[in-house]
Amino acid sequence: MDINKYQTIVKKNTPKENRVGNLLISFFVGGILGALANFIIESYKYIFHISTKEASGHMLVTFIFITCLLTGLGVFDDLVKKGKMGLIIPITGFAHSMQSSILDYKKEGLVYGFGSNIFKLAGSVILYGVVSAYTFGLIRFLIFGG
Amino acid sequence: MTYLLSFIFCGMLCLIAQVIIDNTKLSAGHITSMFVVIGAALDIFDIYDKIIDCVGGGALLPITSFGHSLIHASLEQGMESGFFGLAVGMFNITATGITAAIVISFFVALVFRPKN
Repeated sequence: MDINKYQTIVKKNTPKENRVGNLLISFFVGGILGALANFIIESYKYIFHISTKEASGHMLVTFIFITCLLTGLGVFDDLVKKGKMGLIIPITGFAHSMQSSILDYKKEGLVYGFGSNIFKLAGSVILYGVVSAYTFGLIRFLIFGG
Repeated sequence: MTYLLSFIFCGMLCLIAQVIIDNTKLSAGHITSMFVVIGAALDIFDIYDKIIDCVGGGALLPITSFGHSLIHASLEQGMESGFFGLAVGMFNITATGITAAIVISFFVALVFRPKN
């Protein structure tokens, strides 16, 4: 078949994504998670009488725990398809990437499966986070003195 | 009021990410890495600290706060113990999240099987 003809047929039959709908969904999902994070911090502060800094750490652990559990159960992948970037930009995306890469390589064993694949996707976040934080921190430390 | 601001701030970040992923060829991995770098860059002039002060929990949840916590902890230790403190204190705040993610995902992976 002629390649141009083929491409026009492909273009006609690919489903059109509802972009405005995607934007609204990711805005609302992300927003609800943000408000929930604020609620969890406030309630931890109220229940355990701890500072905001400690409460925010506990809040992150709570979110990571829920995400890992849902990914293990196989629910979270479907949720990401519906919630789009609203579930990837919060810390849930980080936990999800670690959990799914470790689960995918389970058959290769504990060392080469788990150990060498856990940071397969999350590694880029840690690498660029540390490199940029060190560079910017060095600039600020040398110019402004910390 | 902080609840509304949290909602708007966290929602806006996700919306920006959705705009980027819909209109360019970048994948989710590129965008999260980019957001981490942006979060670290915003802390050069303490901008992200001010955002956290008025927004609350909504600014601590997105991945941008990961970059912010890295540079914040690094500079805090750097002020205390000089130049080499920058490397010593790098993971002081984020260690909670990374440790939790590693330990929990290990045990969950031991228990559950991959779906497909």
